[in-house]
Amino acid sequence: MEKSTISDPFKEAREGKGFGKLNDQNDLVTMVLGHKDVRKCAHNWKTFQSGGEEIGRIVIPSEVHIRETRQIPFEVDPPKHKDYRDLLDTWFKRPLEAAYQDRLYQIINDIVDEALSKKTIEVVEEFSLKLQSRALTLLLNVPSKEADLWISWGTHVFRSEDKALDSDKANILYDYIDNQLDIAIKNSKNDLYSILLASEINGKKISKEEAKGVMILTFAGGRDTVINVVTNSIAYFADHPTSLQRLRDEPEILNTAIEELIRYFSPLTQMGRVVTEDTHVCEHAIKAQSRISMCWASANRDERVFENANEVVLDRKLNPHVAFGFGTHNCLGATHTRQIMKILLTVLAHKVKSMKIINCEENIENLDEFDRKVGFKKIQIKFNKR
Amino acid sequence: MAKITFITSDGNSTTVEATSGSVMELGVQNKIKGIDGDCGGVCSCATCHVHVNPAQWDKVGSPLEIENDMLEFDENVSEYSRLSCQIKINEKLDGLVLTVAK
Repeated sequence: MEKSTISDPFKEAREGKGFGKLNDQNDLVTMVLGHKDVRKCAHNWKTFQSGGEEIGRIVIPSEVHIRETRQIPFEVDPPKHKDYRDLLDTWFKRPLEAAYQDRLYQIINDIVDEALSKKTIEVVEEFSLKLQSRALTLLLNVPSKEADLWISWGTHVFRSEDKALDSDKANILYDYIDNQLDIAIKNSKNDLYSILLASEINGKKISKEEAKGVMILTFAGGRDTVINVVTNSIAYFADHPTSLQRLRDEPEILNTAIEELIRYFSPLTQMGRVVTEDTHVCEHAIKAQSRISMCWASANRDERVFENANEVVLDRKLNPHVAFGFGTHNCLGATHTRQIMKILLTVLAHKVKSMKIINCEENIENLDEFDRKVGFKKIQIKFNKR
Repeated sequence: MAKITFITSDGNSTTVEATSGSVMELGVQNKIKGIDGDCGGVCSCATCHVHVNPAQWDKVGSPLEIENDMLEFDENVSEYSRLSCQIKINEKLDGLVLTVAK
């Protein structure tokens, strides 16, 4: 098996009973696995709730014990969700502007040049984390030097090597955001902190706690996910030099290639919901107050929807993947991520002849019934110039 | 060459023309409000949803199953709904009027 392969551990359960069970800190989760069931659950936000009283419970692993701030708009349901989303959408669509793309190009171009100048490079820390952090300064519209601090936090905001949830690490982020918001309160600038604090919803000013909720989501939601999608892309093109050549020969497939890589990698395996009433999923009874998860990674390999689901088909024309979620709560950072991928693939195709994986250590999520590779803990790669 | 009219939620009507590509691409290029085309046309985001003028439905035709499954979850769906990324531009579409769903 090639090192970049991400297999589908859910196939048997998905095609059999249609769900799996996961014990997350003694709070059981019914994992919904089929594409159609996943979309149905994501669509039904009334029965499968994000904005319940218990903050952090829809995240898996649950953050109930390490977080008191509600992530916004992620942990808010309609109709209030729409008010927040309408407010944020304009800001999070800025990656479509030419000036933003020019700056993102500079960031990615510099990182690729650096990789090409070295004998070998450890891609997770020295490439993807740097890229993700520097790109985030654009999304937040803060000075680029802020990225140095975020890079120093390491690859995970919440996770450390020895345990899945690390409250000390989480507090570093929460304290940092508190501090940045205090700075913005004293001295308003044109950054996301200040924009949020100056905003109103239905005539009421956004509170510092609400702004903190948006900022935590922006930092946490876009960290591991972007790092994994970038690292996995590099590994894929290292294993498939003809695919890189194909991007050079057929630049018109760039968009389908991006969507296909994101489907195949599904950097966020799943997202939870709290069940508000006794119901059924896949003909399986689910009690009110229990949890389900929508397993995006499984849905994206559903052969009933995707032909050759375990293959990367760079010109896949119909690709109704759910890697960015589905429905009301779809990913706020998707526009930013797609631009990162667009520029990354363009620069790689332009500058890189080939890449060779020297060694790697896989990052495996243990989900009781399933072990899923989400990417790499480390991957040493040699970049070769064109 | 096909001239296509988009009616947006603010009541504005914009007529634009093209010879190739998809109706979503035409909408995005001309900054039609409510035509975002986030996924670039692979039928995964439904941010290009339009209602076809019923009298012109035959010009456009029915959606395929994958598109239909996507539309099924959209709040504003009608029997004349299409995702404009799946409508390829050709001369037959000349004069088409679409109401943007969002």
